Amino acid sequence: MAIFKIQVNGKEHQADVAADTPLLWVLRDHLGLTGTKYGCGIAQCGACTVHLNGTAVRSCSLPVSAVKSSAVTTIEGLSENGDHPLQLAWDEIDVPQCGYCQAGQIMTAAALLKKNPRPSPEEIITTMHGNICRCCAYHRIREAVTLAGTKTI
Amino acid sequence: MSATHTTSRRNFLKLSALTSGGLVLGFNLFGTDAKAKVITPDAPFEGDVVFNSYLSIANDGTITIFSPNPELGQNIMTSFPMIVAEELDADWTKVKVIQAPLDTNKFERQQTGGSGAIPHSWKRLRVAGATAKYMLIQAAAKRWNVEPETCTAENGFVIHAASGNKLSFGELAEDASKIPVPAEVKLKDRKEFKLIGTAIKNVENKNITTGKPLFGLDFYREGMLFAMIQRPPAFGTKIKSVDASAAKVMPGVIDVITFKNNVAVVGKSTWEIMKARKTLKIEYEKDGNIESTADHDKLFVDLLNSGEATLRRKDGDVDAAFKNAAKIIKAEYQCPFIAHSTMEPMNFFAHVKEDGVELVGPTQTPARAREAVSKSLNIPEDKITLQLTRLGGGFGRRLKFDYVTEAAELSGIIKAPVKVIWSKEDDMQGGSYRPAVCYRFEAALDTSGNMIGYKLRGVGINAGNCTREDNFPSGAVDNLLIESIEHVSPITTGAWRAPITNFLAFAEQSFLDEVAASAGKDPVQFRLELLAKAKSNPVGAIKYDISRMETVIKTVAEKSGWGAKKDVAQGFSVYFSHMSYVAQVCEVAIQDSKPVVKKIYAVADCGEVVNLSGARQQVMGAIVDGFGHAMYGKLTFKEGAAEQKNYNNYRLIRMKEIPEIEPHFVDNGIDPTGLGEPALPPTGGAVANAIFKATGKRLRKQPFIEEDVFKTTG
Repeated sequence: MAIFKIQVNGKEHQADVAADTPLLWVLRDHLGLTGTKYGCGIAQCGACTVHLNGTAVRSCSLPVSAVKSSAVTTIEGLSENGDHPLQLAWDEIDVPQCGYCQAGQIMTAAALLKKNPRPSPEEIITTMHGNICRCCAYHRIREAVTLAGTKTI
Repeated sequence: MSATHTTSRRNFLKLSALTSGGLVLGFNLFGTDAKAKVITPDAPFEGDVVFNSYLSIANDGTITIFSPNPELGQNIMTSFPMIVAEELDADWTKVKVIQAPLDTNKFERQQTGGSGAIPHSWKRLRVAGATAKYMLIQAAAKRWNVEPETCTAENGFVIHAASGNKLSFGELAEDASKIPVPAEVKLKDRKEFKLIGTAIKNVENKNITTGKPLFGLDFYREGMLFAMIQRPPAFGTKIKSVDASAAKVMPGVIDVITFKNNVAVVGKSTWEIMKARKTLKIEYEKDGNIESTADHDKLFVDLLNSGEATLRRKDGDVDAAFKNAAKIIKAEYQCPFIAHSTMEPMNFFAHVKEDGVELVGPTQTPARAREAVSKSLNIPEDKITLQLTRLGGGFGRRLKFDYVTEAAELSGIIKAPVKVIWSKEDDMQGGSYRPAVCYRFEAALDTSGNMIGYKLRGVGINAGNCTREDNFPSGAVDNLLIESIEHVSPITTGAWRAPITNFLAFAEQSFLDEVAASAGKDPVQFRLELLAKAKSNPVGAIKYDISRMETVIKTVAEKSGWGAKKDVAQGFSVYFSHMSYVAQVCEVAIQDSKPVVKKIYAVADCGEVVNLSGARQQVMGAIVDGFGHAMYGKLTFKEGAAEQKNYNNYRLIRMKEIPEIEPHFVDNGIDPTGLGEPALPPTGGAVANAIFKATGKRLRKQPFIEEDVFKTTG
């Protein structure tokens, strides 16, 4: 056990955990940030996606000791008022069914739009292919990312 | 469809003003059909207790509607309140929806399964809204000293047009609470609907997209412990010995408890117990049949040939029909086990206290879960509370409550609040699968290509009756025999979205396509001929609506341009399941020498569509779900243990693989007949039939991806 200081959503947090503890469980069990979901635990489904310095990573497979000084952004910190263009598009297109995977879907898409504000349909599909939606809301996820891609700069 | 509905004063309970001055209506309007009949042959459960609904109107006009049924993505938290708000003429922007806890005194059929919630509650919810509106109008009329008939309700206000008077529901709520409850209320004509049939957004969108703690796994309680349970890795085994010495001394571990066939690692955080569980040394011994997929494959052959079957339906003289046939067509279809693989793994919070039990978590069947906990702990049900969280998917898995009872049992042993969490591997190895099934179909044709005989023999592993003997084409064939055989196995199965029909429909609709081809008939025309025969000259009992089935068939043929396209191959399928009808046409193109599913048209008759947005989601999601599992879904066993344990080797459909989908709904004004499942069963057949049309190859085994047609290299 050791104390790890990490930057999450612009604030410094600390957790007294084993070095191999995945960031996912630090966020959920120790920091109370449960928006990031546990799905498969082996980086296959994308439900646990967060940003590390703006890049989408699978928090279930990232040990907290590897985070170091990187800035972590979770769904709770994506926007101040829940009004990131993707969050608005998700409502506009009425994407969620059960909703469990959606935080991970939005975080994956947000990293894409940050890098590439006007992604092509192929770029959207290729990027979002890594995230599973068991309710199969894929059509609307695609549509919402496309819509948000027309609104970000 | 304007109708008057009777409410009994005796049953309209507890009308009272809150201390806050708002109107609280406790509804129990439904004494007349409290013993509701079983909704569909597929429905796993049917509640037979009295239903209550609950709504309150605050002075500021906020309308709170409690949503009693578990929400797992079918959007019930939006569609139920829409129905109440429609008849109430509420301002939808002022409606708040809250998930109600389990309360069998207030609510009836508080469960999610069998595509039955909306059909069951449709009239009840409408009467609930209409009754409240009646009382608000009476209160307003009294205040203005005018006849109630001269007042109307609109968008949260009662209006007296002649005088221009207008009062909000909030202003009227307290007065309305003193109005005697009407014995009967008039419901709207569907032409007057303002909300029903429109696209209304999921009321939880904002909470979902901002990561609010809605799900069972998100539930944390101060002082709560975490537990993961090691269950036997192979079906048909039990614990012989447990060595937990290494786990017990690991950081964060509080105790290791062995109970029943479980070894529970209890600790302070998820990761710590996940790690500790890996150090358990458990020996297992045989406790039943140890079965492998290879055994099942052999079993299917043996039982199809010589097993003793249960007769499900027999019409006419089948032997004579096959003896006199000009042509006989025979084919076998087989599917593997599949897992539900909900995105949110199983989990439940339990706290067994001196004076009762608190349960919190995701379940499709809260009443049964509580009943099971009551029996297991020998604690009366009225001492047990169950709060429903949102479910991160269900698909039938959470109709079972094994994960609820084990959490309660563990809490009882450790005398502490605890949340039991399953890993994805636990979920996939933990049983309750869609059963593996094999069917043999035989059809006899006369010299004109008419189907004069039809036989179906099904063998399922823990599948119960793996046929639906009264479904089409039963009733349309003079000589028909349907029988089933069940092999009882330690590998546990359960209801998987559209139980049985999720595979039976594919097999049957593919076989009918084979028969049509063999008879030289167009597949759509072939079905319509059979339905015409069932209509004019029915054979035995007919338990589906012929006209509704004909309509979806004809409509999908028209929408898809059936038979008129040159650049794609089309496949057709139609199925009646639960209480709804869905026809589909799939279009396949050949790319790089392989068939690619490009588009699926669907026409659904689910009666009145409540929420167009949610309904489209259910149809499109069910089609992708059905397509994905038909293409890729496969869980195999070796010596009793599942060979696929997580998404790295258990394949689910992803974004690149989805076809375009064009859903349509039949607008016939029939009361809703359910939509959570019915769009799934037809998909496998439509896809396989289109692939046959494109390649000349029949797909008779799932998953399709393992069939030769997908292995061809360009």
